[in-house]
Amino acid sequence: MFALCLFAGLLVVATLVDVIYQLANNGNVAISRFGLGFLVHSAWKPGFHIEGAGGLIYGTLVSSLMALVLATPLGIAIGLYLSMMAPRRVRATVGPLVEMLAAVPSIIYGFWGLVVLVPFVESIEPGLHSALGFIPLFSCISPNGISTFSAGIVLTVMILPIISALSRDLFLTVPQDLRDGAAALGATRWEVIRGTVLSTTVSGVSAAVVLGLGRALGEAIAVSFVIGDSDVRSTCVFKPGASLAERIANQFPGAVNPLHTSAMFYAALILVVISMLTSLAARLIAGRFDVQASLGRAMT
Amino acid sequence: MSATNEIVLGESGLFDPTAPLAPSGNLRRRSVVDRSVQVTATAAALAAVAVLVIIVVGVIQHGASSLSLDFVIKDPQGLAGGGIVNSLLGTLEIVAAGAVVAMPLGILTGLYLTEFAGPRSRPARVLKLALDMMQGLPTIVVGLFVYGLIVIPEHQQSGFAGAIALSIVMLPLIARASQEVLLLVPGTLREAADALGVNRWRTVLTVILPAAMGGIVTGAILAIARAAGETAPLLIADGIYNPNTTSFNLFHGVASIPMFIYTSYDLPLTQAVARAWAAALVLMVAILLANILARVFLARSRAKMGA
Repeated sequence: MFALCLFAGLLVVATLVDVIYQLANNGNVAISRFGLGFLVHSAWKPGFHIEGAGGLIYGTLVSSLMALVLATPLGIAIGLYLSMMAPRRVRATVGPLVEMLAAVPSIIYGFWGLVVLVPFVESIEPGLHSALGFIPLFSCISPNGISTFSAGIVLTVMILPIISALSRDLFLTVPQDLRDGAAALGATRWEVIRGTVLSTTVSGVSAAVVLGLGRALGEAIAVSFVIGDSDVRSTCVFKPGASLAERIANQFPGAVNPLHTSAMFYAALILVVISMLTSLAARLIAGRFDVQASLGRAMT
Repeated sequence: MSATNEIVLGESGLFDPTAPLAPSGNLRRRSVVDRSVQVTATAAALAAVAVLVIIVVGVIQHGASSLSLDFVIKDPQGLAGGGIVNSLLGTLEIVAAGAVVAMPLGILTGLYLTEFAGPRSRPARVLKLALDMMQGLPTIVVGLFVYGLIVIPEHQQSGFAGAIALSIVMLPLIARASQEVLLLVPGTLREAADALGVNRWRTVLTVILPAAMGGIVTGAILAIARAAGETAPLLIADGIYNPNTTSFNLFHGVASIPMFIYTSYDLPLTQAVARAWAAALVLMVAILLANILARVFLARSRAKMGA
């Protein structure tokens, strides 16, 4: 029995090592040809001229960071509402409903994003452009709503349940005595939250945010529906763009030559290194909080 | 904080006990901040629920018109006719095959973490980190991994490769769920078995696993529901482009609902898109129902174990 359990555990570790090996091995052609320059160059014309995934990395980072900027305050606010403010009844219904957002498959997010969200984004883009156009990120208008911006919105919705469920679980670990003590000193509810709840869970919440980032960086299908999988030529988010995961989903099945396939394995290797680093970082930042356990609960 | 929170003074400059008790100055500012935080938090929660409603209603609106009994029980005809029963059964087959691999491994991993390795021991810490990383793997990367591991040596994409990819998605979730439930099994049960001189593996098989089974099965159902909706691993590892395939040979391409949606949406036929929506509705309802049922079940089994 012990041997069997040990075997299962070793298999998990071996699988992870093999993931790195398979990606590096199959990406070998691209890795030896492009080296680290792959990370900064951005020419990607399959069959003609591939130099690097710089544009894909840019699109991945911008869409994910945008999702993070939007989902973090929202998620923390929802976490606070569910743990500190909502009446018990509301808590028991709204909490699972928010978590349901995490159960919706990514293909449905993609499909919904394309048909419902993209037209909506198209209608609000001119307004955003005229209000924020002085920032290079918002300095263009898209012909339709298909853009890095739409991808950011879809990712926001996808990681929101993760950040909110994790921060709610963290806030619930703050001892009632601590909160009562602050309240007895005359603190308002917000001051209690800021002084005791947020300040004692800041490391856990940061870890939750990092985990959300990890999921956003690796999302392929939902992003592929709304981002347009085009060449990334400008830094502007209202133009169609591309991301690492999305590019693989879009082009891997129809790869034109071995170099193209190999370049996508290389892109996947970059993605897997980033995702392993986020998992490691989350565990290191979280300290005594086991945010990964909450993530497991929130994701299923 | 500046001290503007003075005692209200009367016109004479002395304390006036009849002055109204309404907060002023700093106290008023504090309560305004407090109020606005509460309103914001409530609004955020409402917004999240609203988004869920918008998504569910959107899928129902677009999908309900093409949904019929025939759609769920008949094979497809041509590019945009007939039903999706082949994709439904294909999804069930791939997911079941994946679960057959992932469930024993996941449960054994959970058992290793709770019954055999000390919670702070080095192997347990390494394994937990490995599970975290596996859970964090982008599903498209899992697809590419299985492509390199199975599809390239076998020279063909297959339902089997898809099942292995899905088992990698499920395994960390099942392991985590099992570990949590196993930790809830009272230590007194283990001690009682020890006191009777039962050896470890027999204790695990006859005492601990039966006590934890309800929770483990629910965790597994949730993991399976998650895997059933994954598209990216199947796109790479199973790669079925003909949604009309009615073969269920695991070592060839097998149709699945997510891939049906993915490929139908690409067809230049409005009817095909409508069918994709209907399939999306079927998938969403199935997954959300499985989630709700598993949650109810989980809450009940947790309550039974007194946690």
